Amino acid sequence: MIAGISIYEILTVTSILFFIGVYGFITRKNLISILMSIELILNASVINFVVINKYLYPDMLQGVFFSIFIIAVAAAETALAVSIIINLYRQIASVEVKDTEIMKY
Amino acid sequence: MDFTYVILIPLIPLAAFLLLGIFNQKIKPAVSGYIGVAGLSASAALSFYTAYQYFFVGGKVDGVYQTFVEKTTWMNFTDTLAIDMGILIDPISVMMLIVVSIVSLMVHIYSRGYMKGDDGYTRFFAFLGLFSFSMFGLVLATNLFQIYIFWELVGVSSYLLIGYYYTKTSAVAAAKKAFIVTRFADLGFLIGILIIGYYTGTYDFETLNNPEGSAILSWSSTSFMGLSFLTWALILIFMGGAGKSAMFPLHIWLPDAMEGPTPVSALIHAATMVVAGVYLVARLFPMYYFIEDGFALNIVAYVGGFSSLFAAIIAITQTDIKRVLAFSTMSQLGYMMMALGVSGYDGHEGVGYMASMFHLFTHAMFKALLFLGAGSVIHAVHSNYLKDMGGLRKYMPITNITFLIAALAIAGVFPLSGFWSKDEILVAAFEHNKLLYFVGVFVAGLTAFYMFRLYFGIFWGKDTQYKHVPHESPISMTLPLMLLAFISIVGGFIPFSELITADRAGFEAHLNIPLAIVATVVGLTGIGLAYVFYKKENDLADRFANAFGPFYKWASNKFYFDEIYMFVTKKIIFKRIAWPIAFFDKKYVDGTMEGIGNKTVVISEKIKGMQSGKVQDYAFGFIAGVVVLAMVFIYLWTN
Repeated sequence: MIAGISIYEILTVTSILFFIGVYGFITRKNLISILMSIELILNASVINFVVINKYLYPDMLQGVFFSIFIIAVAAAETALAVSIIINLYRQIASVEVKDTEIMKY
Repeated sequence: MDFTYVILIPLIPLAAFLLLGIFNQKIKPAVSGYIGVAGLSASAALSFYTAYQYFFVGGKVDGVYQTFVEKTTWMNFTDTLAIDMGILIDPISVMMLIVVSIVSLMVHIYSRGYMKGDDGYTRFFAFLGLFSFSMFGLVLATNLFQIYIFWELVGVSSYLLIGYYYTKTSAVAAAKKAFIVTRFADLGFLIGILIIGYYTGTYDFETLNNPEGSAILSWSSTSFMGLSFLTWALILIFMGGAGKSAMFPLHIWLPDAMEGPTPVSALIHAATMVVAGVYLVARLFPMYYFIEDGFALNIVAYVGGFSSLFAAIIAITQTDIKRVLAFSTMSQLGYMMMALGVSGYDGHEGVGYMASMFHLFTHAMFKALLFLGAGSVIHAVHSNYLKDMGGLRKYMPITNITFLIAALAIAGVFPLSGFWSKDEILVAAFEHNKLLYFVGVFVAGLTAFYMFRLYFGIFWGKDTQYKHVPHESPISMTLPLMLLAFISIVGGFIPFSELITADRAGFEAHLNIPLAIVATVVGLTGIGLAYVFYKKENDLADRFANAFGPFYKWASNKFYFDEIYMFVTKKIIFKRIAWPIAFFDKKYVDGTMEGIGNKTVVISEKIKGMQSGKVQDYAFGFIAGVVVLAMVFIYLWTN
């Protein structure tokens, strides 16, 4: 609990962070940027878990533990995504979304 | 008495069929023949044991033969109406077991010689097994539906065996014809069964056939077009029986069915399957007799009498020996139907019923013998036509003698089996219907004539010069001939009137001497005429044929019945009815469906651009949707 800062302010910040991530996910043309946007979305939710745990149920730890799980899963997922992107780059020498349209068929 | 073991009689040939059918390619032909013969021998032994147990040990209670039923419910229609599967033991089913097993066993043994070296040897024995299974099942059926199921199964086996030489166009056409004609007749059978089920609430023979039962007593409670519904049902059921038994006018398939191998003709189209129609009427005999004072039974009598006369006339003119025998079979089946038709129920009144079953038995034996003999001749001469034969007695002594015995038996010469059964039929006809009696006597004369025309034409007549000298068939073929000849000689002495009667009680049969003398004289006249015409080669027969002029031509063309059917089906049904319907179906029904399909394709071509394949686009849609929904819910909740 941080003195002088209420839960609303922190939730506002995480909401902004979340929508920045969503905006980035939809508009970026580069796979790496999209991946980064996904990280932003995840981080917003992690912060939410911690904050709600701390402010509403101070004597419990579930939210904190859950955020650790999310960080671990996010790390694994990022590693996987990066490896796919590297493979893609080896195939078509590009990480642009428009160059991957061939996979549609 | 416990007759549970009877279930094995149909199951053994079924096992043989499955074994030979599944391992068709792996079994050596010699082995498959033995498997078939062994299976049928087991069935035949069991059949004889059953007959012994039933007739002489435990079948009788207070002088009346009882019905034994072992069954299990197979399918429930409604709470009260169910289809059972099981076995029914009564005098006629036991008698049929004997007939089917003897003839089938003989044909199995015979086929080992006749079909030797044929490509589909194993297939042939497999189909014979299937047929034997179906026929046993038909005979043992406990209710109308079970008999119908096996009825169709024998139809299928018959189809498979007629079309056995499936590379021959005529055989394929004949197989189809046999199947379609009998199928058409079976439509009537099915409707009849359903009517009976609807009005009596049961399919069981035992309940239906009880003379004091509700099924028979309630016949007058319903009526349709002047007749009881049950009478209509019986007429329709007889239509099915007429189709299987080749009664006029559904007889057209039987002569063509001779395209099958000769042992098949002997088994299916002479001795067993074609008598299924007679058996069916006999099976429902109390219904036929008691409902509406035997109206349906009269139809049976007249159809039978007419068919027997009609077929006998055609038989005289045919030149293919198997076709002569086919028409002869049709004629004799007509005889059996006629005997059933003129039968009464109690005691000596029921002589027609007894005579019909008696004739069924003796006819199965000597007609199978005639066919097997003809097969032996065809095997030696490699031709079906009388013109290629003649003088064969020198080359084939056993076939000659056995064929002669069978011909004498069918002509009704004392004391061979045919004499006794035919005499009983004529007695029955004489006592109940004089017109049919005269038809019967006339047909007896015709039968003797055409049968000896055949005999003299094959074994005497002109001395044909053969390219390959014909020789007697191997022992596997002559053995069944001799056994069947033996039965044909002594079969008449079986006391049928004490074993198989309509009321099950039996009666004392005695020979009606005057009628027997009339029949014998007529028969001998027929034989004598044939002797004069065909013993030595002469032109008497041709001169007589010319004297009859157009009538002879009609008869030799089977009264143009095939052509009439072709005209009706092709010119009228196909062209006037089926073709317009097919046009409507193709143009409008199919057109509508295809239009819907085409429109779907066009629309999807148009809208497929919406699917870009980019996750980002989908994510945008998804998030936009979530946002819109969120706004809607917030709006709803805040108000």
